[in-house]
Amino acid sequence: MSGNVPANLRYTKEHEWIKVEGNVGIVGITDYAQHHLGDVVFVEVPAVGRVLKAHEQFGVVESVKTVSDIYCPVSGKVVEVNTELENAPETVNQSPYEGGWIIKVELANPAELDTLLDAAAYAKHIEEA
Amino acid sequence: MEETLKRTPLYEMHLKYGGRMVPFGGWEMPVQYSGVIEEHRAVREAAGLFDVSHMGEFELKGPQALDLIQLVSVNNAAKLEIGQVQYSLMCYENGTVVDDILVYRLGEFHYWLVVNAGNIDKDWEWVNYCAERAGLKNLELQNLSPEIGQIAIQGPLAAKIMQPLVPNVVLDELKFYWAKTGVTVAGFKSVVFSRTGYTGEDGFEIYCKKEDTAALWEALLEAGEEYGLVPAGLGARDTLRFEAKLPLYGHEISDQLTPLEAGLGFFVKLKKGTDFIGRAALAAQKEKGVEKKLVGIEMIDRGIPRQGYEIAKDGTVVGVVTTGTFSPTLQRSIGNAYVPAALSGLGSEVDVIIRGKALKAKVVETPFYQPRYYR
Repeated sequence: MSGNVPANLRYTKEHEWIKVEGNVGIVGITDYAQHHLGDVVFVEVPAVGRVLKAHEQFGVVESVKTVSDIYCPVSGKVVEVNTELENAPETVNQSPYEGGWIIKVELANPAELDTLLDAAAYAKHIEEA
Repeated sequence: MEETLKRTPLYEMHLKYGGRMVPFGGWEMPVQYSGVIEEHRAVREAAGLFDVSHMGEFELKGPQALDLIQLVSVNNAAKLEIGQVQYSLMCYENGTVVDDILVYRLGEFHYWLVVNAGNIDKDWEWVNYCAERAGLKNLELQNLSPEIGQIAIQGPLAAKIMQPLVPNVVLDELKFYWAKTGVTVAGFKSVVFSRTGYTGEDGFEIYCKKEDTAALWEALLEAGEEYGLVPAGLGARDTLRFEAKLPLYGHEISDQLTPLEAGLGFFVKLKKGTDFIGRAALAAQKEKGVEKKLVGIEMIDRGIPRQGYEIAKDGTVVGVVTTGTFSPTLQRSIGNAYVPAALSGLGSEVDVIIRGKALKAKVVETPFYQPRYYR
């Protein structure tokens, strides 16, 4: 199952996506990731203000059966977290690229974006998985 | 070294119905089809169909069959009437658990032991070893596991779905924990048919010839479709049994834990009149009192307890979680945990260490979900 891979996003091998709006990156997990996880029942998010390094683990997404670590694609400071996920974690399944966003980070180093996978590269990555 | 996973007679069926296959105790089994929560809810509200063909069946026949069972089993098999089933455990000399089992009495000198899939080889060796050591020769022991398929249908509508398929049995008259042999199900002559299960709901377990399993599976799904019967995988099987306070070997019971610590003392018949392996150790533990107890916990802080997470009190690790999840029926984060006896009272507050943080939980009553067995 390859699922939906929007062209305008960047991706990591660990199945996170990032959408850039100005100097802020919005981060979530991909359609492929939510499908393999199953019904999401819990999302653990970091505190606003936390400073993250690229590829640092910043939280977890849990289904009934599993705990999955999530990693930040870029370095930056957490400026917003999706508090809706506290009462409606299933949003991650239903809308992984829109309503299911997890954190927003202020980019410390926009050049890092070039090191991430583009849609074609990510689609290939999950095809080969 | 990679071992090839075993497949049940329903492997092709699982693929056909969209099962997501995973390794489980040496078997390739479906963890889910449509989704764990959806399957869990279907069992609680309508019915679910489970492949349990990986379980083991040992046949014991002959005048000393009962003697062997009484020796290895903690419960009192002498009380079984023909057609009756009982839950029990086999223990080592030190009282820890070999496996939990069902004992079926199928005839005057005819019994079955049904054992967990992951323990078949160990249990078979154990039962043979015990028979030999005790000099019990007037019996036949056979491992039927490779020849027997098994399907479980569980849920409040299970009986309604089954009745038209078993025209020679009045299901209203088949009591909980009773069995029949040779029941024709959907035109197939089954081997054993029992009103038993592992979900906390009414239901049946059908033991059939391996070659009939796939056709039976399809017949059942077809008959149950209008009632909302769905195939259900191991994921839902685990959340269902856990809510109903049913133990799982390797979690609540193991060769490091005794039935008394696991709260299963009801099944340990110290006074049954014949000695059994582990009796002395269990009697001594009962006398002294257990040092640790299995309790149900509910999270107070946000988080989900999982197997292996530590339980702490005032900064010291005092126990461990054996099973934990977010309960689909109760919509709460709950778990089973071993804690010191002193902390096992209802309402007692403990910490669960989740990713390095001590999150608060409290001891609650179990079962979390009140089973609805056919009584």
